[in-house]
Amino acid sequence: MSQADKMKQGQFTNPETPGYVGFANLPNQVHRKSVKKGFEFTLMVVGESGLGKSTLINSLFLTDLYPERIIPGAAEKIERTVQIEASTVEIEERGVKLRLTVVDTPGYGDAINSQDCFSTIISYIDDQFERYLHDESGLNRRHIVDNRVHCCFYFISPLGHGLKPLDVQFMKAIHNKVNVVPVIAKADTLTLRERERLKRRILDEIDEHGIKIYHLPDAESDEDEDFKEQTRILKASIPFAVVGSNQQIEAKGKKVRGRLYPWGVVEVENPEHNDFLKLRTMLITHMQDLQEVTQDLHYENFRSERLKRGGSNRKPEPEETDKDMILQEKEAELRRMQEMIAKMQLQMQKQGDGEGDGHHV
Amino acid sequence: MTDSAKLHQPHPPPKGERSHAGDFSYVGIDAILEQMRRKAMKQGFELNIMVVGQSGLGKSTLMNTLFKSKVSRKSAQPNPEEKIPQTIEIKSISHDIEEKGVRMKLAVIDTPGFGDQINNENCWQPIMKFINDQYEAYLQEEINIDRKKRIPDSRVHCCIYFIPPTGHCLRPLDVEFMRRLSKVVNIVPVIAKADTLTLEERDDFKQTIREELRANGIDVYPQKEFDEDAEDRLINDKIREMIPFAVVGSDQEYQVNGKKLLGRKTKWGTIEVENIAHCEFAYLRDLLIRTHMQNIKDITGSIHYEMYRVRRLNESNAGPGLAPGQAPTLVPAHTNGQTKVNGGPPNGMAAQCEVLTHEM
Repeated sequence: MSQADKMKQGQFTNPETPGYVGFANLPNQVHRKSVKKGFEFTLMVVGESGLGKSTLINSLFLTDLYPERIIPGAAEKIERTVQIEASTVEIEERGVKLRLTVVDTPGYGDAINSQDCFSTIISYIDDQFERYLHDESGLNRRHIVDNRVHCCFYFISPLGHGLKPLDVQFMKAIHNKVNVVPVIAKADTLTLRERERLKRRILDEIDEHGIKIYHLPDAESDEDEDFKEQTRILKASIPFAVVGSNQQIEAKGKKVRGRLYPWGVVEVENPEHNDFLKLRTMLITHMQDLQEVTQDLHYENFRSERLKRGGSNRKPEPEETDKDMILQEKEAELRRMQEMIAKMQLQMQKQGDGEGDGHHV
Repeated sequence: MTDSAKLHQPHPPPKGERSHAGDFSYVGIDAILEQMRRKAMKQGFELNIMVVGQSGLGKSTLMNTLFKSKVSRKSAQPNPEEKIPQTIEIKSISHDIEEKGVRMKLAVIDTPGFGDQINNENCWQPIMKFINDQYEAYLQEEINIDRKKRIPDSRVHCCIYFIPPTGHCLRPLDVEFMRRLSKVVNIVPVIAKADTLTLEERDDFKQTIREELRANGIDVYPQKEFDEDAEDRLINDKIREMIPFAVVGSDQEYQVNGKKLLGRKTKWGTIEVENIAHCEFAYLRDLLIRTHMQNIKDITGSIHYEMYRVRRLNESNAGPGLAPGQAPTLVPAHTNGQTKVNGGPPNGMAAQCEVLTHEM
């Protein structure tokens, strides 16, 4: 007993202490392993076209995710349905690798009748969960690729007086499947007062309709004051009002990323101008938490529902394997037929040569 | 009028104003301009403007800025709710404003709920119906046997369509709406809340919009086919190169360089509404009010209204079985609005009157 007591008392600070076991090193091991493995993160961006989604993503990750982009005209947009475009990019910073997938949803909210525009998006999210479930239940679980959507940035237009009916409906449809982070786009349209009013309005409407957006976890009590303060500020600024830009502008003698207007320069990274830095901080410091919530909450919800339905839904699988087998059989048969035909042709040829008849069938 | 003519005759024009002072060949016909001016000032003017666009694009603010007074629907209500209505409503607010002795009866017709729903199909129908109803009311008054001296003009003279500043291109809803409505009313497209766009983006966006309008055959005001002469065409061409105007509206004043100006104050600068380096509000105001107001009214009266009238009278002529008064949804391919339909023999006219008034 005294040994255990001594172990408890012997804190992990000094390796020379007799009670030191050494599993304090575990976090370092985890850290090293995960750095080697790299991180995966899937971010979905949803919003009407023209809200600056692509520009914001490029600004956030300082890359150009959409090098050859053709924006279709209005006539083409009439025909289009919502599409899902996933682009993956590998970013490395100080030895840490991040495999970032950005899922874009062009065509959302463009059509005159937008009733069906989110069914495509919801089936995509469900498909990713389905695939993960399938992989997880499979025999070889070594290389499970996590393509589940960890976070969804929903872009709200700054022009309205709050949420539009489409916004409300969409968020209600996906708040149980993915972490929703509402973002006010093109925030340089708004003066400070308008911005505060809009944020309050949006938060009220979110409460009113019972939409569950992603809530930042409160800082643990053992974190330092700065971190706590930062978390408090972040929580108070939701939804973030952002401006995106990758252009370098000269302002006050230094080069900043921003937008140049005849009446002034909007700096992307100036916290007084917009909440871009806050959004980036939130995303980076809570990337792990977003993944956890996706795994523990949304994925588990999906899984339990799926397995409850499981009995009736499993049938397609054996049918599929049957189909595969049938296909394979048919292919084999086809090959055999082809060989037979080839043989027959050869025989014909020989006959023809033997008879001296140049006539081929 | 003869009285005022007599008043003028004994007074020859003062020296210096006419180069031919004391010239016996001066009759005084040009004095009619003065008479018309006086009469117009007594009568006053009527102007009906409709504003169409999604909620939050600054329509009410722009109207207030244009007429430098609180003329919008929001200012008329004590505590505007700002909730998106479930269906499109058409709200018309009338104001009497006066400037330098000239009185104007201004009606601002607002369309809250346009384009805000999830399913916006046929959202232009209530608006088209409203416009046609105004034409109908005017027509009824006109063909009345006992008609008023001055028919109250509630026809929509101008429809300002607000395009959201996405910076990419027109949305399908914009194209559909403008295509249908440019045939019945003068449409002036504007880019709303243009302080979102940098100058480069603004020019690109405008060019894209102009191309799309051309590609879809949408004729916005000033229409090319209604230019009267070369001088008109010159002026209107310059305007056509600038549409759609990128506007910013504001009804708050700020101090800029010692002057009080209408604008929007942000952390990175103050946007001045009437500064043409910042936005094109001044051009829009000049077009609508200072230079082309009468032209807009003329085109509404002599072309759009005449087209409607022709269509309606032809409809009732087509047969007694046909129920008149059905707002036609298909616009006829091309009618030369300049030709007037002769009423036919007086009997025909009376028969038409009967049919139409019966319908009422």
